[in-house]
Amino acid sequence: MVGATVLIAAPPAVAEAPQRVVSINLCTDQLAMLLAGEGQLVSVSRIALDQRVSAMASEALHYVINAGRAEEVHVMRPDLVVAGVYTSRDTIAMLRRLGIEVVQFDIVKSLDQVRTRILEMGDALEQQEAARVLVARFDADLAALREEKGPLNDAPRAALYYANGYTSGENSLATDILHAAGLRNAPAEAGYDWGKLPLEILALIDPDLVITARRYPGGSRAEEVMDHPVVGALRGRGAALTDQDWVCGTPFVLRAIRDMVDARRSVDATKAEIGG
Amino acid sequence: MSRVTIPLTLAVCVLFMASLLIGPAGLGLRDSLTALWQGGDEPVAMVMRQIRLPRAILAMMIGASLGLAGAAMQGYLRNPLAEPGLIGVSGSAALGAVLAIQTGLAAAFTLGLPLAALAGALGGVVLVMGLAGPRGGALTLILAGIAISALAGALTSLVLNLSPNPFAANEIVFWMMGSLSDRSMVHVWLALPLMAIGWVLLGTLGRGLDALTLGEDAAGAMGISLSRMRRVLVIGTACVVGASTAVAGAIGFVGLVVPHVLRPLVGARPSRLLWASALGGAIMLLAADIAVRLILPSQDLKLGVLTAIVGAPVFLHLIFKTRKDGI
Amino acid sequence: MTLLTLDHLGVTLRDRSIFQGVSLSIAPGEFIGLIGPNGAGKTTLMRAALGLISSTGYSSLAEMAPRVRAKCAAWMPQSREIAWPVTVETLVMLGRVPHLGAGQRAVPEDHAATEAAIEQMGLGPLRHRAATRLSGGEAARALIARALAQDTPLLLADEPTAGLDPAHQISTMETFAALAATGRSSLVSLHDLGLAVRHCTRLILLAPEDGLVADGAPEDVLTPERLDAVFGIEAAYITGEDGPLFQPLRVTR
Repeated sequence: MVGATVLIAAPPAVAEAPQRVVSINLCTDQLAMLLAGEGQLVSVSRIALDQRVSAMASEALHYVINAGRAEEVHVMRPDLVVAGVYTSRDTIAMLRRLGIEVVQFDIVKSLDQVRTRILEMGDALEQQEAARVLVARFDADLAALREEKGPLNDAPRAALYYANGYTSGENSLATDILHAAGLRNAPAEAGYDWGKLPLEILALIDPDLVITARRYPGGSRAEEVMDHPVVGALRGRGAALTDQDWVCGTPFVLRAIRDMVDARRSVDATKAEIGG
Repeated sequence: MSRVTIPLTLAVCVLFMASLLIGPAGLGLRDSLTALWQGGDEPVAMVMRQIRLPRAILAMMIGASLGLAGAAMQGYLRNPLAEPGLIGVSGSAALGAVLAIQTGLAAAFTLGLPLAALAGALGGVVLVMGLAGPRGGALTLILAGIAISALAGALTSLVLNLSPNPFAANEIVFWMMGSLSDRSMVHVWLALPLMAIGWVLLGTLGRGLDALTLGEDAAGAMGISLSRMRRVLVIGTACVVGASTAVAGAIGFVGLVVPHVLRPLVGARPSRLLWASALGGAIMLLAADIAVRLILPSQDLKLGVLTAIVGAPVFLHLIFKTRKDGI
Repeated sequence: MTLLTLDHLGVTLRDRSIFQGVSLSIAPGEFIGLIGPNGAGKTTLMRAALGLISSTGYSSLAEMAPRVRAKCAAWMPQSREIAWPVTVETLVMLGRVPHLGAGQRAVPEDHAATEAAIEQMGLGPLRHRAATRLSGGEAARALIARALAQDTPLLLADEPTAGLDPAHQISTMETFAALAATGRSSLVSLHDLGLAVRHCTRLILLAPEDGLVADGAPEDVLTPERLDAVFGIEAAYITGEDGPLFQPLRVTR
């Protein structure tokens, strides 16, 4: 059901804005930072500081940092904790036992759900007006981006290929981002959902564009597959995901869409040159 | 001798062809082979040349290397339980490789990775041979091997967990059990130089190993230089195991099972067993690599799983036999 | 021409002197028994002569390059190791290792030498048996055959008759004697003085801490004084129509 993805014990009896909010999940960190009123948000998680996965790493410096543990959160005396649905069950249970209200936010699987999640955060923080403004801006920017693309069946075929050969399937935020930029998700069309896409199949699918993830420091065998000659040889300019814009359902997905629009434009240009 | 070489070579060829024809892409026989020979840029040619061909070549090369090294070690130590995986050489090579990747050495210059694995393997071999003494009595050898394996495994896990890379911590399984998935011709060229050197070195040991059948004293009197043999064995094994582990992780039991199975077929002569084991090792690893693709095509089942399923019972059987013979 | 010359050979192991100042030479056609009580250093002397352990003084064999030496002298150690279950035929053929060319190709000469050795030691019926499944005596004969197949002018053997039954003890000694007749020589260490006396042309007596005590014909070496001083025994040494007979009788101390 639309909007029924917020897992919550019961809405608070009095519609009073929570004064001390603690966020222990990367995605809720960013939504909370975007919507919270002056002094309302007390602490965000450590991951919010990691520039690779957090689009608001510099903003996060202004808040107290937590490691998501029940004890340290309890010490901050929050009246609301916001978390993800996959945050440690033990931590959530402990917090609730301590009498703290916890609101959990589900993973975003489509651009529509970005909107929904913003509104839900606005509800939780009693900042509905700010949420509506943010959503309106998001819609406007999205519409502007969408105007440019052509009909989807003519669009270039892209493939997402991450470490360990993983790809994203049809019902995912990543695919929605591609569609918004005027690209098709070729493996998803061939029936591959989230999970490992064999390299041979990627080669046979022969996409126009392969989008890989950015490498982490140090090395790993998991990431080596993104450097395989086959991936390199596939036609089209490769593009790289920027995790911080793709991972969470925040308005920053618009940056991801813009990147993909640029990628699509260069693929179109190359095709036009070749004349095909 | 050709009674054994010819069937073995034939089996290698058959398995090599089979390896080229198995994979998730489900390509037909004629399409695959024409693409392999004549293909240009099309997807099928890419699959055959860049994915399947390097995988088959690596299985052959690595299997041959491990079989050869196993036969050489067993011949020198006169101990059927000696094997690079069991006595910790593969584990030490993996440690070297992981250090090279995490410190950026592997990225900095091309042969950095196999050379680091070689260094690790050298350390492992030297340590084990030092601990086990001149004639590796079964018990001391295995104990030394356990110690080295445990240490190398622990250090490898530590290095991986200390890595800033979030994927690295989960890779201990690859390094300890081995896999050939998603390899490319780059890996073939990376491994080939050191492996070739190792093959040449280990190949010169035939005469000496034969003479050692009579014991060190008699062999020495027949003109065999034992210290030279030891050096050649150490460096040759380190080269071959280092190069293999650098590109495929540590794969155990091949050097144990293959010489054991082939020994009766070559009349137990160590020099003949060297080449037979190279062929036998290629067969075993090609077969294992085909099996992992047939058993669990959607997952990356590690090669070490299959070699251990076959090899551990053989190991137990050998222990039982040596116990009966009173060691 | 001598097959082996030792000049003031001495060995010190772990700060203990085993023997010093041993000099001797071996000519073709000799069958020499190396005798002495336990601890006299018989094995050590032979290994030092071959250059397998370090020593002071001079040994003509130890001076040679290992490959050359392997064609001049064959060594059968006391520990009768056979590491792998090769056939007896293969085991005997291992004696040809110093002669084999690159790639260990066996030429007809190698096969001939192997065959002759198998014949000489009576191993015909055993030729396809796995060497690790032989009885102690059979294994000893197989290893002697290996040394014979090596086809060297000189053969050194450390207690080759130990563990053999009387028939095979006698035939082994006769084999070495036959070698001497063809111009080859053997230096063989023995505990059985009776055998030594009956078959060897020359005896070398080694005593603990005294080194080489006597070197010559058996009757000159095994005098009652020496038997008492070195071995601590009294023996009956009779030469009759059956040839020399030697039998230790009692302990003197």
